[in-house]
Amino acid sequence: MTDGTREITYREAIRDAIREALLTDPRVFLMGEDVGRYGGCYAVTKGLLDEFGPDRIRDTPLSESAFVGAGIGAALGGMRPIVEIMTVNFSLLALDQIVNNAATIRHMSGGQFEVPLVIRMATGAGRQLAAQHSHSLEGWYAHIPGLKLVTPATLEDARFMLAAALADPNPVLIFEHVMLYNRSGVLSADAEPVDIRRAIVRRPGKHVTLVTYGGTLFKTLDAAETLAKEGVEAEVVDLRVLRPLDGETLLASVRKTRRAVIVDEGWRSGSLSAEISARIMEAAFWDLDAPVGRVCSAEVPIPYPHHLEEAALPQPAAIVAAAKAALGA
Amino acid sequence: MSEADTAKPPLSCEHLLGLLAEMVRIRRFEEKCAELYQQEKIRGFLHLYIGEEAIAVGSMQALTPADAIVATYREHGHALARGVPMDRVMAEMYGKTEGCSRGRGGSMHLFDAATGFYGGNAIVGGGLPLAVGLALAEKMQQRAGIAACFFGEGAVAEGEFHESLNLAELWRLPVLFVCENNLYAMGTRLERSESQPDIHIKAQSYNVPAEVVDGMDVVAVEAAAQRVCAAIRAGGGPALLECRTYRFRAHSMFDPQLYRERAEVEEWKHRDPIDRLDAWMHQTGILHDGDLAAIEAQVATEIAQSVAFAECGHWEPVAEMARDVYAAEGAQ
Repeated sequence: MTDGTREITYREAIRDAIREALLTDPRVFLMGEDVGRYGGCYAVTKGLLDEFGPDRIRDTPLSESAFVGAGIGAALGGMRPIVEIMTVNFSLLALDQIVNNAATIRHMSGGQFEVPLVIRMATGAGRQLAAQHSHSLEGWYAHIPGLKLVTPATLEDARFMLAAALADPNPVLIFEHVMLYNRSGVLSADAEPVDIRRAIVRRPGKHVTLVTYGGTLFKTLDAAETLAKEGVEAEVVDLRVLRPLDGETLLASVRKTRRAVIVDEGWRSGSLSAEISARIMEAAFWDLDAPVGRVCSAEVPIPYPHHLEEAALPQPAAIVAAAKAALGA
Repeated sequence: MSEADTAKPPLSCEHLLGLLAEMVRIRRFEEKCAELYQQEKIRGFLHLYIGEEAIAVGSMQALTPADAIVATYREHGHALARGVPMDRVMAEMYGKTEGCSRGRGGSMHLFDAATGFYGGNAIVGGGLPLAVGLALAEKMQQRAGIAACFFGEGAVAEGEFHESLNLAELWRLPVLFVCENNLYAMGTRLERSESQPDIHIKAQSYNVPAEVVDGMDVVAVEAAAQRVCAAIRAGGGPALLECRTYRFRAHSMFDPQLYRERAEVEEWKHRDPIDRLDAWMHQTGILHDGDLAAIEAQVATEIAQSVAFAECGHWEPVAEMARDVYAAEGAQ
């Protein structure tokens, strides 16, 4: 456990969360590709095999559909599985199980069965891993009734969202942005369980609302800092939960600032950013002083070279520019 | 082998009568469903199991109430043989709230927690990983149940078949894989889709013990199921039963059956599992005149009652449509 004074990384915060879950609930186990002996492809689960043994830390074959489906079956059978999928791109091999089984069984069985399953997966770009390891497809999953999606961006959320997800009787997908694993900081001693139903204001402001989540939170906070130096007070809303969306927190901020820019590493077309924009239009159109702006990834498969990858992703300068545009500056 | 001797099905007169009655019950239920479909009481897809009843009835004899069942979209027979009440199955066919899935699933999605019936799954191959997980839950919680998974030979072409057999054997999980090989994946004959049409051989690639059984012979299916389930329960890991069978009716109610010859269908009908057991029981003097008529009368009464139950059922109010998409707040 974290003692509150030690500086820890996002990666360690997640590991602490998994450890705590394994220690407190005998129904919890972890399975996925290379989570055991290898220690996890992003080293999140390092050391857990030694501590908990191969029954509860299960290395799986490269069979995403089978081990995700087995997680659903185990959840139906009374366990509380944590399934790790290496990246969201690989989760497409398990899409059938997630969309056709995990998301439907409670409703389709008339509420007789439930799937209290947690699936963790890495998402996002920034490590020059090219077009099959770098995408942000969480917006696709946000389309599906029956699923819950959370995107821990801060150390506190990395540390505490898992417990809340495991306590939730619904299937919960946790998206961990690959560029967050090495971020470090001191987890406050009084950090406590989090509410995974709510978005949160990470920085208060009054001139424009910047709406974001996950890997782009810190880029957005950087942009807000830049804007502050120019006299623009941006409010940063971290969505935290992509489904069901916390419209209340989002709309309260937009109604206050009367301007909104959405920052999303997903592509723009048919996206989560489009959904958020539409909700703002539907519920707060008459409160707006400017069109809703968006900063998204370029509509290309994420390229390998560093300069192209950076150019494809939302960056603080573009967020600053979009905020200024919303202000008519 | 010695297990085979001890696992011989109890061929008592009463037991055989029970097998016959259960197959007749399923057959007549589905014939009624076809009729109700023509009357538009039942809508959507309706996949009949007629001709294949021996597999569900035979294999269910080897399963206990503690076991979990995962089936396909052709699962009326499995649900009935498992003990899901017929009136609740019929109400589900109608889409009424009294149905075993609250009317939400219809013919392809029968669920019943009370009997451990984890659904008709309408994605070919989609149920196999679930069965692996249910078996994993049994093993990790040191419970004695096994997971039985029914699927057609079409599912063998899906990656889930291969991934699931491998994972189940790798982790030595108590899964009974029952392949109902009726030769046609909708309209595609086995030889047209599999480079190796002997399905049980594929199980060898995963070190999963497999047997082929005549799926038109309920006693043979039961004997095989008892034998492999005993091995699974003894900790032997998963096993596969390939039951060779044939569906007498079309794939669904929309199928003009252009892909198979009428003569082939007629030939298989000579092996009808009900006629076969009936004839054998007559020959051996187990079945007496009037026994079958008594079964038919009892089944007819049950079906009439289940239709009446479904007719009297209620439509789910539209206001409740979103119930159970998620657990109710505070349910955790």
